[in-house]
Amino acid sequence: MTDGTSNRPAPRRVDRAGLVIALALAVLAAVLVWDASQLQSATTYGMGPGAMPVVVAVGLGLLAIGNLIDALRGNLPPRESADVKAVLLILIGLALLIAIIGFGGGFILATSALFVTTSAAFGRRAIVTDIVIALVLTTLIYLAFDKLLTLSLPSGPLERLL
Amino acid sequence: METFAALAHGMAVAVQPMNLLYALIGVFLGTAVGVLPGIGPALTVALLLPVTYKLDPGGSLIMFAGIYYGGMYGGSTTAILINTPGESASMATALEGNKMAKAGRGGPALATAAIGSFVAGTLATIGLAFLAPWLVDVAVRFGPEDYFALMCVAFVTVSATFGDSPIRGLTSLFIGLTLGLVGIDKLTGQPRLSFGVPELLDGVEVTTLAVGLFAVGEALYVVSRRHHAEEKLEPVRGSLWMTAQDWKRSWKAWLRGTMFGFPIGALPAGGAEIPTFLSYSTERRLTNYPQEFGKGAIEGVAGPEAANNASAAGTLVPLLTLGLPTSATAAMMLAGFQQYGLNPGPLLFAERPDLVWGLIASLFIANVMLLVLNLPLVGLWVKLLAIPQPWLYAGILVFATMGTIAAKPSVVELSMLAGFGVLGFLMRRFDFPIAPVVVGLILGPIAESQLRRALQISLGDPMTLLQSPMSATLLAIALIALIAPFVMKGLGRFKASED
Repeated sequence: MTDGTSNRPAPRRVDRAGLVIALALAVLAAVLVWDASQLQSATTYGMGPGAMPVVVAVGLGLLAIGNLIDALRGNLPPRESADVKAVLLILIGLALLIAIIGFGGGFILATSALFVTTSAAFGRRAIVTDIVIALVLTTLIYLAFDKLLTLSLPSGPLERLL
Repeated sequence: METFAALAHGMAVAVQPMNLLYALIGVFLGTAVGVLPGIGPALTVALLLPVTYKLDPGGSLIMFAGIYYGGMYGGSTTAILINTPGESASMATALEGNKMAKAGRGGPALATAAIGSFVAGTLATIGLAFLAPWLVDVAVRFGPEDYFALMCVAFVTVSATFGDSPIRGLTSLFIGLTLGLVGIDKLTGQPRLSFGVPELLDGVEVTTLAVGLFAVGEALYVVSRRHHAEEKLEPVRGSLWMTAQDWKRSWKAWLRGTMFGFPIGALPAGGAEIPTFLSYSTERRLTNYPQEFGKGAIEGVAGPEAANNASAAGTLVPLLTLGLPTSATAAMMLAGFQQYGLNPGPLLFAERPDLVWGLIASLFIANVMLLVLNLPLVGLWVKLLAIPQPWLYAGILVFATMGTIAAKPSVVELSMLAGFGVLGFLMRRFDFPIAPVVVGLILGPIAESQLRRALQISLGDPMTLLQSPMSATLLAIALIALIAPFVMKGLGRFKASED
């Protein structure tokens, strides 16, 4: 792809997202170095536990520069506009799932919440139908894995009824 | 001929009724999940790991063999019928196969893919069975410095050499290496990058990372551009069977595809894209029907599909003999071994020959089962493809989170899964490759411990890396492979020029 963009006569624009990526990599490198400095080096010879993090941090630092150059040259691949609302809806579903599991709501309710939000994010509007489908599907999965394969899935009010 | 004896022993393990059943379940589930659009073989293995949690290692690995090949085959069905290859290795198949399906020749396209996969899978598994003992003999002589150097080669080739952008590939790799540092340092017991969170002391689970990046990331990516992409399912019309001419045009392509796929897969060079595209361009050059290429030529399906499967078997060579995963799928297979505390490599061949050879023998059996199952069941696979997108991705996410919930039902672990999902989404959006992250996570800690062991033996003298001829050679290869793409501006560009 590097070649394709450099041949293009269009004026190059600084890619803001690319700048953020480069910055994030630099921050990650700094975190690694800071964390490695907290370790006590107990080894008399060879590598201590802090050596590898520093090596990785140096790599990340170099790559931050590489990504920065790509961003300044506008060398990032072209992107289409994203449907942010739909992405957020799925993330809300994941947050719901984590909350329900965290508060002991059980597997069926948690995964049903994720199912319904995901399906809505993909444009479904028949929420009630989807809730029913989700409950039936996740109950079947729960029964198959918890009872048949004896995996322990977290149980809440609904699971205790089964 | 120790290979024959070992293989016969493995066959005896594999044909036990329970193990045959495991292989059958594996093949069936692998194909069913692999057929779903957007799910490649690596994710298929990751999603189906929980199914094997409660099995004994032998049965579980045999089921894995089935899942592995089933997932590969399922991916090609998707590529042919809806032109959304779940992975780049199916892209060549999609090129011609989808055109064939549009022209009403979907049946023969699926048939040549299935039979080609069988031929290539069988030949490549024979190659694996004969190459493995020989490589094991070499590998037992490897010192820690040689292993470290070998892993450097794998790091570079997986991330930098063959991708579109070496910078982005290496960035992915280093994100993986960073994640690999999380947790208690095995040699000194000190926590790294754990920030006082007890759940992080065990490190990042490979399955959490893979399912987050592949399943959650893919769902977020697909939903973010649902107004751009349009998927159209081609119905399978007409006969499923190949005509005499189809056979005549296919068989050489299968064999040539195998010749490309197996050696390249067996080298720690990573990825099945290169052999599939080499096979595609070779078939296009050698064909007697050049006018059909781009419009649905059967050789263009037969060759790449064989190459893809042969390289899948090829990647098992470094995985089983050296413990070196060179693709995301192989990394997931390694995770499957590790859940039983098994580490593939020369030691495993010596200590658990029943497991290793049982697995290799099961690959043959899985191949036969795929051939028998797939063509008659094609109607069922097509129905799976017709699941409406909202329910499909909702179901994928339910299944994806279930794996994590079953393994570790903690808020931290699930938050990591969601976080990796966001990471996977961003990486797809900005065209960073995903596989190097998984390989970095799984190989990073192994490479570090080998390096530290080597330096301990040498009393801290880093020259030990250059004094072993094997290690010096491998490091030189790694260096060349790292510099080459910057000098030659992307070896991977031939991909773009093919279509």
